[in-house]
Amino acid sequence: MPFNLEVSLMKIIVPVKQVPEVAEVKVDPETGTLIRDGVPSILNPFDEYAVEAAIQLKEKFGGEVTIITMGPPQAKDALYKALAMGADKAVHLTDRAFAGADTWATSYTLAAQIKKMDYDLVICGKQAIDGDTAQVGPELAELLGIPQICYVRHLEVTEDQKFVIAHRETDEGYDVVRSKLPVLLTATKGLNEPRLPNIMGLMKAKKKPLEIVDAAALGVPEDTLGLKGSPTTVRKVFAPPKRAGGVKLEDLSPQEAAKKLVEFLAQKGVI
Amino acid sequence: MGLLYDRDKCTGCMLCVKVCNFGAIEKDGDKVKFDFDKCVLCGSCEEVCPVDAITIERKIVDKEALAEYKDVWVFCETHEGRLRSVGRELVSKGRELADKLGERLVAVLIGHEIEGLAEGLIHQGADKVLVVDDKIFEHYSTDAYAIAMTSLIAPRKPAVVLFGATNNGRDLAPRVAARLKLGLTADCTGLDIDEERQLVQTRPAFGGNIMAEILCPYTRPQMATVRPNVFKPTEPDTSRTGEIEKVDLKVNPVQVRTRVLDTVREVVEGMKPVEEADVVVSSGRGIKDPSNLELSEHLAALLDAAVGGSRPIVDAGWLPPTQQVGQSGRTISPKLYIALGISGAIQHQIGMASSDIIVAINKDPEAPIFEIADFGIVGDLFEVVPAIIKEIEKLKANK
Ligand SMILES: Cc1cc2nc3c(=O)[nH]c(=O)nc-3n(C[C@H](O)[C@H](O)[C@H](O)COP(=O)(O)OP(=O)(O)OC[C@H]3O[C@@H](n4cnc5c(N)ncnc54)[C@H](O)[C@@H]3O)c2cc1C
Ligand SMILES: Nc1ncnc2c1ncn2[C@@H]1O[C@H](COP(=O)(O)O)[C@@H](O)[C@H]1O
Repeated sequence: MPFNLEVSLMKIIVPVKQVPEVAEVKVDPETGTLIRDGVPSILNPFDEYAVEAAIQLKEKFGGEVTIITMGPPQAKDALYKALAMGADKAVHLTDRAFAGADTWATSYTLAAQIKKMDYDLVICGKQAIDGDTAQVGPELAELLGIPQICYVRHLEVTEDQKFVIAHRETDEGYDVVRSKLPVLLTATKGLNEPRLPNIMGLMKAKKKPLEIVDAAALGVPEDTLGLKGSPTTVRKVFAPPKRAGGVKLEDLSPQEAAKKLVEFLAQKGVI
Repeated sequence: MGLLYDRDKCTGCMLCVKVCNFGAIEKDGDKVKFDFDKCVLCGSCEEVCPVDAITIERKIVDKEALAEYKDVWVFCETHEGRLRSVGRELVSKGRELADKLGERLVAVLIGHEIEGLAEGLIHQGADKVLVVDDKIFEHYSTDAYAIAMTSLIAPRKPAVVLFGATNNGRDLAPRVAARLKLGLTADCTGLDIDEERQLVQTRPAFGGNIMAEILCPYTRPQMATVRPNVFKPTEPDTSRTGEIEKVDLKVNPVQVRTRVLDTVREVVEGMKPVEEADVVVSSGRGIKDPSNLELSEHLAALLDAAVGGSRPIVDAGWLPPTQQVGQSGRTISPKLYIALGISGAIQHQIGMASSDIIVAINKDPEAPIFEIADFGIVGDLFEVVPAIIKEIEKLKANK
């Protein structure tokens, strides 16, 4: 387990994913496949909270924020955005062999890279809005052998930089949880207001170090990567069953409409 | 499949000996040795080893080995000594799956002083309940619960393990999956068994715009988290009988690396949880001002309903986060859902489209909510809702 012995410099790794703007993704009703043409790609919104949190910690304690993504060549745009926000450097894991990875293979690939790096904190987004699984964070924590605190919406690092105290969202409210560093956190809404990159930031971003890593450089067997390394397989995708609409009253007075509704509900036995 | 021990890397710290629940590791000079007859490959030692001297190779299970994995398991989450309702839903669904496979349904109860809940799970449909009861499980922690689950799963080899997709379930399941190197399908809304006896897991993706059917062909157990409120619990049958097995598991406090310092409840007193109510009255941006929520509260009180809201209403702080319906809020399936001034964005629909009856009141006839509403009224909610309240009061007076 890599430890950072230099107390005053925090090393933070933020794994991010480039995702399609989901509201615009549709399924071709004929073929059942995704129509992604013309759908814009963005930095996963939950990852923006993670990047922001990392930058704020760096501003407070000094240190270094490294962004890492596994994805196709165009995913570098997500890296540039995070660099423009203020991260220091980026690692882009990109190779055809990585394609088709499920959460296990994704976590495995990310872990293989992160194990080679020094870190005190890993901050993921709560979930990626394309798959919505929220699994990569905890799986990565397990593969790195470090504890996790998921769904963090408030975060403090103690002055001695030994502990994290986080508010972890629960079904009823939140828990205040403490963990020693290194730890993996997943960031959720409410943690902060992610800053917008400005022009200066964007210009600087292109000059910051960006390391490209392919499967060979990663040095792990190919059958643990991508589609081959994924225990789950997608059998088919299809459009969600459409719920048919029912009665729609348009031109009645509010009183008449209300009366018809209450009759309907009484007849259905719900009131 | 197997455990690999790198004696050269081993520093002899003996942590692995302390955490093994199966007595499979013992001191061997200044290093350790493994008893492979006792080892179940639960992964606790691998997790705790500071120098990576232990690796467990697993993953592909060949066809014959697949058949060794039997039974459907349901992790039944407890909270403050009570069962979360998704546990009962999954036991009912799990019963169906176990019957299709001709195997047993096993409920897993982990917590402190929770043994009393076991019988209810048998009434709900379980053939067997595994009870792990210890003070260390009183409050949920990723580490203690992951150790408990992996220590149960590894030696007993279930074919299927289901978790409720609650915050804790979604925190625990991936940790267990990664330790056992298994596939995991998140947030399922449909489960079935196919001709090849595989678990077919259906889940929404891309914000609910598509559905995907997912299989885990080569790994066992097949694991999934399942949305609360998707499957309805069956009526408990108090005449059912089954086996209750208490399992002794030790978790060393040093293995639990996080500490809960405080637990804060944000559920507002007197505010009914949206997941549990038969009727939910939800407001959207059309309600305009927090003071107008009185209107929805009035209607809700008449219908004995919970008050819900769309995301903008919760983001504005007009309702607590616990009341938000939708993708980033709660998924619910009440008997009756009434949407007031809600447009029906896909992210909202994901949370409520499986309600039995949907009623929508919106002044925009093109609002997408009307595409899924059983009864829609195009009109101003500030006129329509008071009229509805009057009608219901009239009806009640006549009863
Ligand atoms: C990642 C992500 C997650 C999300 N998660 C959720 C979620 O969990 N839950 C959720 O709800 N949303 C969620 N959203 C937001 C969602 O996309 C919509 O923005 C939101 O649901 C819209 O809320 P609304 O219907 O209240 O507001 P609007 O879309 O603004 O609709 C207001 C409606 O009120 C009607 N109206 C106005 N005045 C009146 C009146 N006097 N009488 C009658 N009708 C009136 C209007 O015609 C309009 O249709 C999410 C979005 C993203 C990107
Ligand atoms: N391909 C990827 N590259 C880097 N980080 C990722 C990738 N996929 C997921 N993550 C991280 O894991 C989080 C959860 O993703 P998911 O489990 O896919 O919902 C994201 O918010 C990211 O922080």
